[in-house]
Amino acid sequence: MAVITYREALNQALFEEMRRDASVIVCGEDVALYEGSYKVTKGLLKEFGERRVIDTPVSEAAIVGMATGAAMGGLRPVAELMTVNFAYLALDQICNHLALMRYMFGGQVRLPVTIRMPGGGGHQLGSQHSHSLEVLLVHTPGLKVVFASTPANAKALLKAAIRDDNPVIFLEHEGLYNTLGEVPDNLEPGTIGKAEVVREGIDVTIVAYGAMRYVALEAAQRLAGQGIEAEVLDLLTLRPWDKETVTDSVARTHHAVIVAESPPVCGMGAEVAANIYEIVYDELDAPVERVSGADVPLPYARELEQACIPHADDVVRAAHRALGGRSTTGPPDAGGH
Amino acid sequence: MNKRELMDVYYRMKLVRSFETRVAEEYAKGRIGGFCHLYSGEEAVAVGTLWHLRPEDYVIGSYRDHAYYLLRGGDPGKAMAELFGHGDGCCKGKGGSMHLFDASTNFLGGYAIVGGMCPLAVGLGLSIKYRNEDRIVLCFFGDGATNQGVYHEALNMASLYELPVVWVCENNYYAIGTSVARSSAVESLARKAKAYGMPTSTVDGMDFLKMQSVAKRAIAHARSGNGPAFVEAKCYRYRGHSMSDPGTYRSKEEIEHWKQRDPIPRIKAVIQHDFEAAEEEFEELDRKVRLALDEAVALAEAGAELPRQRLYEDLYVE
Repeated sequence: MAVITYREALNQALFEEMRRDASVIVCGEDVALYEGSYKVTKGLLKEFGERRVIDTPVSEAAIVGMATGAAMGGLRPVAELMTVNFAYLALDQICNHLALMRYMFGGQVRLPVTIRMPGGGGHQLGSQHSHSLEVLLVHTPGLKVVFASTPANAKALLKAAIRDDNPVIFLEHEGLYNTLGEVPDNLEPGTIGKAEVVREGIDVTIVAYGAMRYVALEAAQRLAGQGIEAEVLDLLTLRPWDKETVTDSVARTHHAVIVAESPPVCGMGAEVAANIYEIVYDELDAPVERVSGADVPLPYARELEQACIPHADDVVRAAHRALGGRSTTGPPDAGGH
Repeated sequence: MNKRELMDVYYRMKLVRSFETRVAEEYAKGRIGGFCHLYSGEEAVAVGTLWHLRPEDYVIGSYRDHAYYLLRGGDPGKAMAELFGHGDGCCKGKGGSMHLFDASTNFLGGYAIVGGMCPLAVGLGLSIKYRNEDRIVLCFFGDGATNQGVYHEALNMASLYELPVVWVCENNYYAIGTSVARSSAVESLARKAKAYGMPTSTVDGMDFLKMQSVAKRAIAHARSGNGPAFVEAKCYRYRGHSMSDPGTYRSKEEIEHWKQRDPIPRIKAVIQHDFEAAEEEFEELDRKVRLALDEAVALAEAGAELPRQRLYEDLYVE
């Protein structure tokens, strides 16, 4: 067991998978010589060489297309898009090629491609650099979408993503790279499609993913101080997300809050809520509460930007609304999230 | 080239032309739906470039892909069945006309996004170089693709990494109804490609002999490990962009001008001039083509779409 950062965990996963399987290659902007703009690919060039760790030009669409073509030719590429914000440039290749080629060609191709990209806001990077666009990818049949949140699940899930014979979008969060956590030695690959029950509770289910795992946990701690025991679930996989774990939990707690960093419209909150209603409606004692980012492009100004991102207080208030206002901290605010 | 080879060229071009004509008939009967793009007129380009390929080479191209599928050795019956949307089609009816694919002949697909296949060719080239394989990638696209962003990204990367790719631009002068003159600031598509640092050539794509000669050089270059090559084949599609296109943007005179340069009578004339070839020999090949097509349509007619229960097959590898 070692305590390492989320970044180091990803780096270890890459080293281990590249040592294990010679068909794994890494490509992206500044991944080789520069060792990655977030240093996730540090040391790879030195060990594996230029043939396997490839610096690309600034060509997001072609980076994804090249990974797809390389997979057709028998390789197992791990492409990096420097941030999710640049994924928009590659959406045709991701959603209109990679995601659908296997299906469209009647199963004649196998595309074991992993596309890694970090996202999220909160660092005053401006609206073009602060997206949470996972929903666009989750919406797309043919893709799998994973969002790691701790060093241990980052390492386990990246290994799983690389070994998966399907296209996997591996989302990371820029704000989590320095997060420390315990990672067991000889870690087995994780299971894509399985959510984690991070904290057990009986009163309300809080569903989260990505950096919101920590927001949910902080909210759960505050709620515990008020005598409310929240069950915190981290989806880990967004497509296919773990309906069973979520609905089982809501069936026991009868109240649900979903917290997601992205803007609200058609977000994961909407998707999870709709399914909770469809599957365990009779178990609900209150409507499902959604806590999401503000419905604006993220502004640069520090306080304004923070108002766009869910915090523990927002989740606590949402839990109180779900529980019918049994709050000791004052009335719920008027603005919803 | 000897007589036997040239007769084979005639057969191949005739097969493509007749297949497309037959497809148009079936489409008009309502048995083929959606978008359908025919290669009639451009046969010399595909036959000429594929002539120098080996079975292990990869071919990838646009939605005007029936010719590539057939010429790589694909079963015309499975192509026709695919166009009919049937489960015994080459893609189980999931792809349709624009998305034929035959892994067994290394024909790696028709793609509907103009220029979208170009970075796939880069990736295939990368895999070849990585695995030290003795093969190349032939990537077909049209004049329209030369203005798409990702095309430029792909050409740059293939040259940068010195990949074994042959870029074949089928310049039929029109992207649907917009001519090259109205869409490309530089009308020489080979000249635009030259900016990415590779040998380029421009060739009469209506002339099989010239086409194969230029293709041979380009393919040899790609095989040498010295990076990609580019071929601009000037050609003409006799029909509209697709079955839905009445083609009113081209004058009758222009079409007639290009019909005078039909590659099929042209190669026939060469064979008759250079060798002794009786009319009966060509008629024999025409019969062979008709038979192949009748069989293909019969196979397609006998089939059916996949049942609804099989809708979710082939989405993910389990």
